Amino acid sequence: MDTRHPIESPTVTEQNPEPQADPGTNLGHSRPMVSVGGESAAKQAKRSREVGNVELQGLNAYYGSNHAVRDVSLAFDSAKVTAIIGPSGCGKSTMVRCINRMHEEIAGARSEGQVLLDGLDLYDPRIDIVAVRRSVGMVFQKPNPFPTMSVIDNVTAGLRLTGASRGELEDRGREALVGAGLWDEVKDRLKAPGVGLSGGQQQRLCIARALAVDPEVLLMDEPCSALDPVATLRIEELIAELKQRVTIVIVTHNMQQAARVADTTVFMLDGELVEVGPTDKLFTNPDDDRTEQYVTGKFG
Amino acid sequence: MNAPAGHSLLLDRGHLKRRKRVSAIVSAASTVAALLAVAVLLIVVGSVLIKGVGALSIHFLTTPTALFGESGGGISNAIVGTGIMVGLAALMAIPVGLLVAIYTTEFASPRTAHPIRFVLDVLNGVPTIITGIFVYGLLVAGNHQSGFAASIALAIIMLPIVARTAQEVLSLVPATLKEAAHALGIAPWRATVRVTLPTAAGGLLTGALLAVARVAGETAPLILLSSIFAPGVLTEPGQALASIPIFIFQASESPSPEAHTQAWAAALILIAFVLALNIVARAFYARSRKRIGA
Repeated sequence: MDTRHPIESPTVTEQNPEPQADPGTNLGHSRPMVSVGGESAAKQAKRSREVGNVELQGLNAYYGSNHAVRDVSLAFDSAKVTAIIGPSGCGKSTMVRCINRMHEEIAGARSEGQVLLDGLDLYDPRIDIVAVRRSVGMVFQKPNPFPTMSVIDNVTAGLRLTGASRGELEDRGREALVGAGLWDEVKDRLKAPGVGLSGGQQQRLCIARALAVDPEVLLMDEPCSALDPVATLRIEELIAELKQRVTIVIVTHNMQQAARVADTTVFMLDGELVEVGPTDKLFTNPDDDRTEQYVTGKFG
Repeated sequence: MNAPAGHSLLLDRGHLKRRKRVSAIVSAASTVAALLAVAVLLIVVGSVLIKGVGALSIHFLTTPTALFGESGGGISNAIVGTGIMVGLAALMAIPVGLLVAIYTTEFASPRTAHPIRFVLDVLNGVPTIITGIFVYGLLVAGNHQSGFAASIALAIIMLPIVARTAQEVLSLVPATLKEAAHALGIAPWRATVRVTLPTAAGGLLTGALLAVARVAGETAPLILLSSIFAPGVLTEPGQALASIPIFIFQASESPSPEAHTQAWAAALILIAFVLALNIVARAFYARSRKRIGA
């Protein structure tokens, strides 16, 4: 089914010996890193959520001599939303950008430690960075649709290099737009410029664009910080729907947002992981004093 | 004065008065300078228009230069020659200039990009007669003049203009767009072709047009490289070709008053062409900036 699989992954294939609930798909135990073939939406929905588990082991990240993330070990469970909170400059975004290897795009930036996706080390030299980016999608702070492309071309931008046919592209684009809750608003203006949409719509367009390549994990770096409250609410509802399909990691400055959307919340300070726990517990009865001070507004 | 002591700072006197005066002088001087610049352009364009418009006719544009001693004639051979030489130069300089700009803004490290930028600035400052002599030594000495040699010199003059304007425009494309492309797993060269270049297209076209406008009037290298040509409309770049700047130069050196008027008319054509290119280039640039959101 997938000819683009970058490397064979013994770890993944051996991990899950149990038969799958849906015999029609064998995706659960041998699902390759990248799947951009013609997988139907129905199959995707039924896909066993045994994939999309991310684990950080002893992750350190640097900008030159600045040690931005300090020895973080952490697991992000599939089918869950994990929020990362903490004051500005605490390394939240940097940590998240290590998961899809965007951190190393910055001059002078480097990282150490392991990032495992379903047991497979994404920093293994045999790993294709393009495959990593396709398995781990990302949505940025400010909506950034491609200004020269129409709505539909924006959504299919990441798919186009797979050599899919025009019709196939449109099908996948439509699925992604439906998935991002944008279809009804844009179905009559698919050929209109993507930048003509409202800010909230643009951000959902960017979510659709990330979903179109069918990632296992979706990283969201303060996705609502440039949006008004109504658009923010719409994105938060979308996050709740999407967690059935992808593992979601959301960086947020907004603690109420973390409380609303996340199953698990992680608190970081000065590059270190201070506390991780179920969202309710972290906000109401944290173990660490610093967490309590932060969530009660005593600093940050 | 019986203003309250606490408000004395607000009173208009002493050094405050002096500052106002200096401010008035500086703003008046800069306004005058700006008006002067506009006036110079208007005077040049106006005098060319007045002196040249009399000789302008369809016949002038569609007839080749008259043979020595004959009257009448036009500049069709010069228009065709300039078109061919500038066109060839553009074909050589624009692709190379764009690639240089793409390399320095998208792929090179700052340590490599800075020296290249500096070299381009130096190249841009080289007097064009020197570029002309260089190409003369390379292709014409011991051989013969040719439109091709001239277009190489024009291409060398165009290259830094194209590359530097393209660099400026490409660096205006927001990094967030490239980031978005990378995060989708789009390879860097593909992101450049599919995202960065289309976003900057208007500005890139602007740079190319300005470079064309700049070399269309270039004279010094042409005197060395393509000034002794056969009569009639020539289209073969292997031989020397006529051009509008050389026509202006030769006609204005002629003793005949008719030739002088023709020189003015040819100057009018050249200036109109350059102005038109500049206006079109501005329009593209404005559109491009809007698209980039700068």
